[in-house]
Amino acid sequence: MPNEDKTLDEIMDLAARHFKVSRDKLRPDEDFFKTLNIDSLQALDLLTRLENHFHVELPDYELQGVTDFRTLAGRIHARL
Amino acid sequence: MTDRFQGEAISWEVAGGVIELALHRGPCNEIGSISLKELEQFTESLDDLSRKCHALIIHSAMPSGFCAGADLRELYQRSQEMQKGQAVVGVREFLERIHRALNTIDAAPLTTIAAIHGVTFGGGFELALVCDLIIADKMARFAFPELRLGLIPGFGGIPRLKRDLGNAVVRDLLLTGRSLNATRAHAVGLVSQLVAEGEALRAARATAVQLGKFDRRTAITAKKFIKPIPHHELKLEIDLFCQLFAEPAVEAGLRKFVESTDLQPYLP
Repeated sequence: MPNEDKTLDEIMDLAARHFKVSRDKLRPDEDFFKTLNIDSLQALDLLTRLENHFHVELPDYELQGVTDFRTLAGRIHARL
Repeated sequence: MTDRFQGEAISWEVAGGVIELALHRGPCNEIGSISLKELEQFTESLDDLSRKCHALIIHSAMPSGFCAGADLRELYQRSQEMQKGQAVVGVREFLERIHRALNTIDAAPLTTIAAIHGVTFGGGFELALVCDLIIADKMARFAFPELRLGLIPGFGGIPRLKRDLGNAVVRDLLLTGRSLNATRAHAVGLVSQLVAEGEALRAARATAVQLGKFDRRTAITAKKFIKPIPHHELKLEIDLFCQLFAEPAVEAGLRKFVESTDLQPYLP
C-alpha cells in the first residue's frame, strides 16, 4: 500500500494535469476549489477520476467540508 | 411526423432506423418546463417514429454530464409566486405530465439506450432508468440527492429502481443520497456496458446497429415481458412527493440550494 505522501502527490499530479494548472502552484493545505478554480460539478468529476485512479469507492458525503488536498488524501488513503 | 427537431433543451433526428435524442440545455440539462414541453413533443411523435425505427438513443451534448435532474431554481421561483396549496397543485400537474412522457418512453416499441457520461442525478437518473439499456463511460456518476431537500425522487425513480436493482442498493442510494461511480453502477447491474471516457455514444450507436439485425416484433414482445411498468407505485410516488413538498423543510431546502453562492451545492 502506498504511503499517504505518495497518495497526496498522485492526487495533486492528477488534479494539475486534468484541470491544466501548473503543478508548482498546488499546495497540500490550500483550498483546491480556489486553486483549481472549480465548482462542485467539477469536484465530482475529480472525485470520479480519483476513484478510478486509486481503484477505491469514496462516498461523496465523506468529502463534506473537505477543501484541501491533504485531507482528501487522508480520506482516500483510508479506503486503500 | 417530425424526423428532425431542434428545440431549446432537446433535439432529435432519425438515421438508419435509430432515433438520437440529444439533451443540450446548460448548465447540465436541468429539467424544467421547457424541457418537459419538448419531451412531450417527442413522445407525441414517438408512435410515428417507432414505425420506422428500431432503437432510440438518449444522450447529452453537455460536457458536465447527462442530466443534473429537475430545474430546482425554476421549481423554487414558481412555488414562490403561488400560495402553498397552489404550488402543490402545480407540482402535481408537472409530475403527472413528466410521468406520462417517461412512461411512454419506458413502454416504447423499440429498444431504448441511455448513453451516459458525467453527472446523472435525480431526474436525470430517472430519465436513464426508463431506458432498456444504460451504457456509461467511466466518468459517469449516479445519485438521488432529493433527500437532501427533504424530498423523494418524483419522476418515477423509486419504482424503477425497485424494478431494476436489488433492495440493498436501492436503500443505499435513497437513504444516503450518495453518488455511485460508473464502475460500481456496472457491478450492481444498473449499467449494461461500461466504456472508456467519451465512448458511451459510440458504443450506444454500435449497439443500436446490432439491435437492427433482429426481428423487431420479437424484441417488442420480450420487452413487454421483462420490463413491466409499475403503474400503481408510480402513482403512489406522485402522492408521496406532493405530501412531502407541502412541508416547510422542503421550501427551506430549495431556498438554501437556489440562494447558495457556495461552490459546493452538488456535494452533500
